[in-house]
Amino acid sequence: MSNRRINWYKYAAPANFYPLAGKMIPFFAVPAAILFIIGIYVGFFVAPTDFQQGESYRILFIHVPAAWMGMFLYVMLAIYAGIGWAFNARLASMMAQAISTTGAIFTFISLVTGSLWGRPAWGVWWVWDARLTSTLILMFLYIGFISLQSSIDDVRRADRAGAVLALVGVINVPIIYFSVQWWNSLHQGATITAKSFKMAPSMLAAMLIMLAACWIYSIAVVLVRVRYIIREREQEAPWLAEAAV
Amino acid sequence: MAGGGGSLTMDWSKFFSMGGYALYVWGSYGISFVLLAGEVLMLLKRKRNLKRRESPQPATSETRLNTSLQGIQ
Repeated sequence: MSNRRINWYKYAAPANFYPLAGKMIPFFAVPAAILFIIGIYVGFFVAPTDFQQGESYRILFIHVPAAWMGMFLYVMLAIYAGIGWAFNARLASMMAQAISTTGAIFTFISLVTGSLWGRPAWGVWWVWDARLTSTLILMFLYIGFISLQSSIDDVRRADRAGAVLALVGVINVPIIYFSVQWWNSLHQGATITAKSFKMAPSMLAAMLIMLAACWIYSIAVVLVRVRYIIREREQEAPWLAEAAV
Repeated sequence: MAGGGGSLTMDWSKFFSMGGYALYVWGSYGISFVLLAGEVLMLLKRKRNLKRRESPQPATSETRLNTSLQGIQ
């Protein structure tokens, strides 16, 4: 390795990461599946009926983790896109691209399940309040990132354009997070941290298990996707022909 | 909502009715499942497409040339 030219380093990164990611996938995919099953079980069979909301509150076991993942994955997307742009690191840009689809899916799940929760709880499918509107903007940022990347043929130029959008858009994440404090919102505040909201331990457990499941699931699918992105982008690289696929 | 604790089939129908919120609760979990399972299926489809594109196909002279060149490399 040491006697190779310096620009080989750029090619070495995905070449080293590709088999490592492949080895890591089962360690995330299997626990994710198990945790989803446990989380659903605790959420439906252990957690008691909420005395105010009845059974409809069980939607929150998927809604809250999905909303958190939507925000968290966007921050990760912006960090990776920024690293890829600033240090010309192709693998970081590929990670940003791999994260974008999963983040968009979780944000969409949070919007749809929130709507399905809001109809019985608030009496409306949708309100233009700060939390909901900023989450919708997050969805548009994901869609914008994905469509911007796919609309530019030169992948590195697409990565740079995507990074600009991702980094400008990251300001929206603290807006979503603090929106329930900054503005008078119909959406309830943070449930886990607030001391005023009484929550049965089994409810909290279901929520946290589902969050862990969503988190580990995200790592698994992002690793799978980034490997495919590496294979698609680095078709001419000699290491790919040699690597067992 | 009445009584509960009866036979097993009674409990299940009560369970599926979700206290009148069946549409919202099962709708939420149904959509979430479809989207996440769809994501996994799309990745499996992408893998199949990649395998097909990368595997040597002796169909045309062009692909034969490509695979032979890969052999030289």
